Amino acid sequence: MHIVVCVKQVPDTKIIKINPKTNTLDRRSAPAILNPYDAHAVQAAVKIREETGGMISVLSMGPPQAVAIIKKSIEIGADRGYLISDRAFAGADTLATSYALSKALQKIANEEPIDLVICGKHAIDGDTGQVGPGIARRLDIPPITNVIEVSEVNKAEKTVLIKRKQISGYELIQTQLPCLLTVEKEINSILYSPLPNMLRAARYEPVIWAVSDLGEVDKTQLGLKGSPTIVGKMFTPPKLEGGKKLEGSSDEQVSQLMDILMERKDLLKLKETSTAN
Amino acid sequence: MMEEYRGVWVFIEENDGAIEGVSLELLGAGRKLAEKLEVPLSGILLGHEVTKLAKEVISYGADKVYVIDNPVLKDYRTESYMKGVIKLAETYKPEIFLYGATPNGKDLASAVATDLSTGLTADTTMLDVDIDKRLLEASRPAFGGNIMATILCKKHRPQMATVRPKVMKALEPDSNRQGSIIEETLNLKEEDMRTKVLKIVKELTKKTNLAEAHVIVCGGKGLGDIHGFQLIHEFADTIGASVGGTRDVVEAGWLPHEFQVGQTGETVTPKIYFAIGISGAIQHVVGMKNSELIIAINKDPGAPIFEVATYGIVGDALEILPKLIQQFKEMKTEKGGEISYA
Ligand SMILES: Cc1cc2nc3c(=O)[nH]c(=O)nc-3n(C[C@H](O)[C@H](O)[C@H](O)COP(=O)(O)OP(=O)(O)OC[C@H]3O[C@@H](n4cnc5c(N)ncnc54)[C@H](O)[C@@H]3O)c2cc1C
Ligand SMILES: Cc1cc2nc3c(=O)[nH]c(=O)nc-3n(C[C@H](O)[C@H](O)[C@H](O)COP(=O)(O)OP(=O)(O)OC[C@H]3O[C@@H](n4cnc5c(N)ncnc54)[C@H](O)[C@@H]3O)c2cc1C
Repeated sequence: MHIVVCVKQVPDTKIIKINPKTNTLDRRSAPAILNPYDAHAVQAAVKIREETGGMISVLSMGPPQAVAIIKKSIEIGADRGYLISDRAFAGADTLATSYALSKALQKIANEEPIDLVICGKHAIDGDTGQVGPGIARRLDIPPITNVIEVSEVNKAEKTVLIKRKQISGYELIQTQLPCLLTVEKEINSILYSPLPNMLRAARYEPVIWAVSDLGEVDKTQLGLKGSPTIVGKMFTPPKLEGGKKLEGSSDEQVSQLMDILMERKDLLKLKETSTAN
Repeated sequence: MMEEYRGVWVFIEENDGAIEGVSLELLGAGRKLAEKLEVPLSGILLGHEVTKLAKEVISYGADKVYVIDNPVLKDYRTESYMKGVIKLAETYKPEIFLYGATPNGKDLASAVATDLSTGLTADTTMLDVDIDKRLLEASRPAFGGNIMATILCKKHRPQMATVRPKVMKALEPDSNRQGSIIEETLNLKEEDMRTKVLKIVKELTKKTNLAEAHVIVCGGKGLGDIHGFQLIHEFADTIGASVGGTRDVVEAGWLPHEFQVGQTGETVTPKIYFAIGISGAIQHVVGMKNSELIIAINKDPGAPIFEVATYGIVGDALEILPKLIQQFKEMKTEKGGEISYA
């Protein structure tokens, strides 16, 4: 069983703070991290490997510093890491991103055929969730998005059983291997990395490929050039008028608010029942 | 030839024989775009035994409904739905194609965009069109600020976008509206399908409760600490409302994630939304701004939440909430009445 997990380096949005008055970003402390969903994806791969045996590769497209998140993936339990890094990838939208990643996946598959690709549900920065299904289409394997459980990976029959989260509830799906999954955080919890993994990660050096290493690549489909979408403009949403301010002491404010709420009883659906009991 | 592409399309998502709310909302939004561009609005309806829903699609604003009714399309699967949608798009060439940003809508749109080699804007919350250039302006909250990014797709057609549920408004249905229904076929065999849906399990989670709540009391970091946040629970209990929180509140561990309102949480449209001790960052506001009546309590008169509030109270929530709770409790006993939430 060869599982490849796609991992992306993202700024830690938990630490990024926005100043609501100036609308600006407080970048003082925004370290780059492994996209949290991708950490769950690597963990899911580790669990499958425990049952089926085999190997986990991770693949990332990003700047040279993205080596850090490949090491992080090795800590969680990946065996191998690949980074594709090249100026030609810069400015990619999701279509160009899935093209570049699928080219790298094909190269990896030439070395060792791939049975399963796992992605995060979305990256917390771009936040589109479009890259996973895009890769699946390019490799012509079934995509299953929003996965919350993987069970019964059957190597012989080449099937896998999956729980997919839906608007309300979930669906149970059987699909063929190879396929591509995008995973939700609920799929598992991230365990502390075992010490040997940490030691291995510290020393690990991933394979780094440039565009020229990827074999036959249509350069017009890469990066900015290969991206049908562009960011047209950035703007602050138009300020709304805002409503009425309730003035006075806090008692006066509360009493005005009570009047408003009582007038809109229809909305609050207040029902005054009698004291029969 | 980009000029060959004309018309606005909306993917109609059907579940259990009913049309998803977001699809009806998109017919409302799509109607406006179609009128500006002076082209028809079409609904794209796939499924098994769904033709009967076509009239409803027309009543909500469509001029045409393209239907593919096939037993293989009974449950949503990327590969079967994608084949149908691509066949229609290649035959009839729409210039704009909108999908709800639901699990299925996002999955389908991502796959279709890849095969059509076109652009797809994710999780849009504002839609407009540049009439001269016939360019869809799909805007979404951008990472890193109270900022929206307008995404454009200048050289590829169709221009596609997924749109967040509950941000657009559906039209009032008009059963007298006229439209045409175009039935298409698709050559699909169950044996060829690589994926099978074995079982669908409906669960009403707390999450869907929040999305459907009539009254929400939502608290932010302004409550100070988890003890201060108890006032939010107490007030909500008193008036029979559901509790929500900001992302910062969830991260502080005062509430589980399923209660988070906003871009990375739930989008809510209750009748009354109380925003208490919440600054009003855009990522929060996109998730609640379509509530009918918004009441904000914040001690900072310059807090952006006041811009979306119907009524604002500048004051200390820790002082005001107990008084408000007291008023409701007194009302209960005074009138001998019981406040209940029908
Ligand atoms: C403000 C803004 C808005 C944008 N809006 C759009 C838009 O509407 N449409 C659009 O097409 N593009 C958009 N982009 C561009 C998009 O962010 C990039 O294409 C990005 O490279 C991939 O998209 P994502 O971060 O949304 O990934 P997602 O699709 O959310 O990522 C899902 C999963 O795919 C895998 N993955 C994604 N990227 C990589 C990577 N580099 N290396 C390895 N694995 C990866 C990971 O497993 C990840 O969990 C936008 C960018 C910005 C800055
Ligand atoms: C990619 C991304 C996604 C995000 N997604 C979401 C999301 O889905 N939902 C979300 O909510 N946020 C989200 N955020 C975070 C968002 O930007 C804000 O940081 C967050 O909403 C702020 O939460 P808050 O209003 O509780 O806290 P703060 O911004 O700290 O505001 C606290 C407010 O309370 C007021 N206050 C203080 N004391 C009192 C008092 N005693 N009485 C009354 N008022 C008082 C203050 O004046 C202040 O306005 C996201 C951010 C990013 C970058």
